[in-house]
Parts: sequence; structure tokens; C-alpha cells
Amino acid sequence: MKKIEAIIKPFKLEEVRKALDEIGVNGITITEVKGSGRQKGIKEVYRGAEYHIPFIPKVKMEIVVNDDLVEKVISVILDKAQTGNIGDGKIFISNIEEVVRIRTGEKGLNAI
Amino acid sequence: MNDLVDQINQADTVWILISSALVLLMTPGLALFYGGMVRRKNVLGTIMHSFIAMGVATVVWVLYGYSLAFGPDIGHVIGNLTWAGLAGVGLEPNPTYSATVPHQAFMLFQMMFAIITPALITGAFAERFKFKTYILFLVLWLTFVYAPIVHWVWGENGWLRNMGVLDFAGGLVVHISSGAAALAAALMVGKRKDYSTVPMPPHNLVLTILGTGLLWFGWFGFNGGSSLAANATAVNAIVVTHISSAFAAISWMIVEWIHRKKPTVLGAATGAVAGLASITPAAGFVGPTAAIIVGLVAGMICYVAVNFKTIFGYDDTLDVVGVHGVGSTWGMIATGLFAVEASLDAQFTGVIVTWIFAFVATLVIMKVLDLTLGLRVSEEGENIGLDLCEHGERGYTI
Repeated sequence: MKKIEAIIKPFKLEEVRKALDEIGVNGITITEVKGSGRQKGIKEVYRGAEYHIPFIPKVKMEIVVNDDLVEKVISVILDKAQTGNIGDGKIFISNIEEVVRIRTGEKGLNAI
Repeated sequence: MNDLVDQINQADTVWILISSALVLLMTPGLALFYGGMVRRKNVLGTIMHSFIAMGVATVVWVLYGYSLAFGPDIGHVIGNLTWAGLAGVGLEPNPTYSATVPHQAFMLFQMMFAIITPALITGAFAERFKFKTYILFLVLWLTFVYAPIVHWVWGENGWLRNMGVLDFAGGLVVHISSGAAALAAALMVGKRKDYSTVPMPPHNLVLTILGTGLLWFGWFGFNGGSSLAANATAVNAIVVTHISSAFAAISWMIVEWIHRKKPTVLGAATGAVAGLASITPAAGFVGPTAAIIVGLVAGMICYVAVNFKTIFGYDDTLDVVGVHGVGSTWGMIATGLFAVEASLDAQFTGVIVTWIFAFVATLVIMKVLDLTLGLRVSEEGENIGLDLCEHGERGYTI
């Protein structure tokens, strides 16, 4: 089992979610986050006072799937979340040791 | 006495009562205007500065403030205490101030000005001022700065009034006095911690826009009510007030659009308030054409003034100096230029005297407070925000 963490542009969330739903991904957790990458933030001006805002709002999606779905999920996110402009985000993949469904106590793949 | 009561005009009285309510609403409007511009950890502390003025200024006004400001004259500089506790301020009209409405209605209308004027100053020291000190500041400032200026400009036999200075609804009394006080306060209190290193953008401009709307709305009573009668002057005042505000919102927006490439919402709102502050001294004296010029110029010069703040480097956090002080200075001069009965000389005298007196007197008050109660919250308090450290509450729970 793998966890896929994708940090994407907030307005792309709904498109990505729909596409993931279509390939059979059931569980998604999202968090509104802020971050800074190569873009190094943006400039905002309030009454002449210029502020450099280093962290830009993003959405972080966390998806845990069986190993065979990982490549599919990645290609769906690439397909839907990519604009080609700076700030499209990142995908991180890591191993998951165990999953437990709280309602039933089921473990492993059955719990996803 | 019965003769005086017979002169009460019902329409005038209704208008003054409505205007009092309109001006009252400006203070919570100001609370939102300011509250939206600070960081979220200071939203309640900032709103409280305005809100509690409705309490403290009322206490001062009723106990002795009204008497100092409007009571029987001592040497053209201050009223005596004959009317302390509103003794003798009855339901019959006072012919000097308002021949056709009960004296208490005039007192009430003026009370609303005494509430909002010190509340305006609080923008200069937002996000760092100690609340206990603020309460005392309100009392001292109303007593030693506001009441004398009111007496000079509007009181019977006040020396600026006798000189022919025209200030229809409070260009000197409200906006220059608070603008000059704000400059003194910003200098005495000092910059917010991390002022030039950490971004401090407004946390909720939606509140600020709602506040702007309430200010604009209430200003119809502020300027319109200052005619003290439901008459043609009131209509004139409201028409020019609205025109000036609209033109100033547009001119600020255009200047900022050209200068910074974006027409900001905060800029349009600030321009509107600058237009309102600018037309205030002129409202009953000039017509629509003059109001257009007052508004157009107000939006431009206040934009420049606010931008200059960053060059000078003092932290007048919410731009009381640049908007109210500078705007109304222009308005006072414009009154001299456009009002037929005005003397430009007298207008300049009024402006200079009010700037200097309010600035110096506020410096002294701040110095005394600094040596006794202290002006600022602790560094730790500033870090966690006024809402928690001064009031033990949060504005938002998520």
C-alpha cells in the first residue's frame, strides 16, 4: 500500500477529485495548506504598503491505495492538475505499513 | 421659557434625532472599517477601541464634557461647568445653538461626534496599545483636546468662531484634531513589533467594506444633521457629501490603478472615506461643482499622503493622518476657496492652530501616560495579539 500526497492548485481540486473517483479511488483526505516553492511567494499591496507574501495557498490531497493503482493515480493527477505554469505543485509517494478501518476493525487492503 | 418651547419645530427635531442615530452608527462602522484592516489576532481589540468609546465618551460628555465644550464661555477658550451633569440642559431650545430643537437633542447629536472623534485616532496605534491606558487616554483627550477645540470652533464666543473660521460639520473639530492626534500618538507609541520585517496584511477586507458603507451612510447624518434643521442647507450638505465621496473613491482608484497597476477594493473604500472627511467642513457652504473638485482632489492627495507614510517610516497603522488629517486640511482650504462667506486667512489660521494644538496636547497626554500606566502591551502580548492578551477572547474560533 502506498500513500500519495499531492499538493495542487486549489481550483484544480474538483477536477482531480472527479477523475480519481472515475478510476475507483474511494478515500481522499484534503487539507488547505500554504507553501513556498521556486515561485517564492507573491506581492500584495495595501494602501501603498508592499508585502511579500512568501506562502501561497494550496490544497494537499492524501490518498492511500493498493500498489497497482499508484501509477494510475499519478497519471490522473498529472493530467488534471497540470497547467504548465509555475506553482502547479508536487506529488510525494510513500509506503504505508498498515491501515485499519475504525468501524469494523478490518485491516490491510480491505480497510482502504 | 414657554416662548422657547413654542419655537420647537417638529421636523427639525425629528431630523436631529435621526441624524444622531446615523452618526452613532458610524462608530461601529468605524470599528468594522478598522477591524478588517488589522491581523486576525487583533480584530476584537481594534473593534473594542471604537465600541467602548460609545461608553466612555458618553460618560465624559454627560458629566462635564458637554459643559466644557458648549457651556457659558470663559475667555473665548473653554466653557464653564454650569452645565455639568447636564444641569440646565433641558427640553426647551437653546437659541444660540439650535433655536428650533430641544437643547437635549443638540447635546445628543454633539455627543455622537465626541464618541467617534477619539475612536478615529485609534487607527494610529492599532495592534499594540494597552487597553487600560486607552480608557484613560479617552478621558484625557476628550477633556483637554476635544472639548477646547469644540469650544473654539463651535462654542458661543469661541475665538475661532468669532474670527470667522468656517467648519460646517467638523473638519477641524473631528478630522484634523484626530489626524494631528494620530500623528503624535503614532510617534509616541512607536512602530508595531517586526513592522518592517513581517508582512501585516489586512485579515478581512470584507469587514472593512461593510464599515465603509456604514460610515458613508452615517455621514449623511453627520453632515446633513449639522444644519440643525430639516432645511435646504441639510439637503445641500447631503448632496455634496455624497458627490465628494463618490468622486474621491473613483479618483483614488484611478491614481492607484495607474501607479500600481491594480484598482484595489481597499483603495476605493479609503478614497470614499477621504472624500467624506474632506467635504465635512465645507458641506453646508459649497455646491455640487465644488464638491466634485473637493472629491477628485481628496482621492489624489490622500493617496499620495498614505504612500508617503512608508517613506517617512512612522507606523500610523490605519492611516488616520493621511486620510483624515490630510483630507480635511484640504477640505478646510477648499471651504476658503469655494464658500462665498469664507475667509481663506481665517481657514488657514484654523487649520494651523488645530494641527499644532492637537499634536502638542496629544504628545503631552501620551508622555504622561507613558510615564504612568505605559502605552504598549508587553512584547509577548503583542505576539499573541490583543484579543487574547487584553480581552481574553478570540474573534474567530476556527
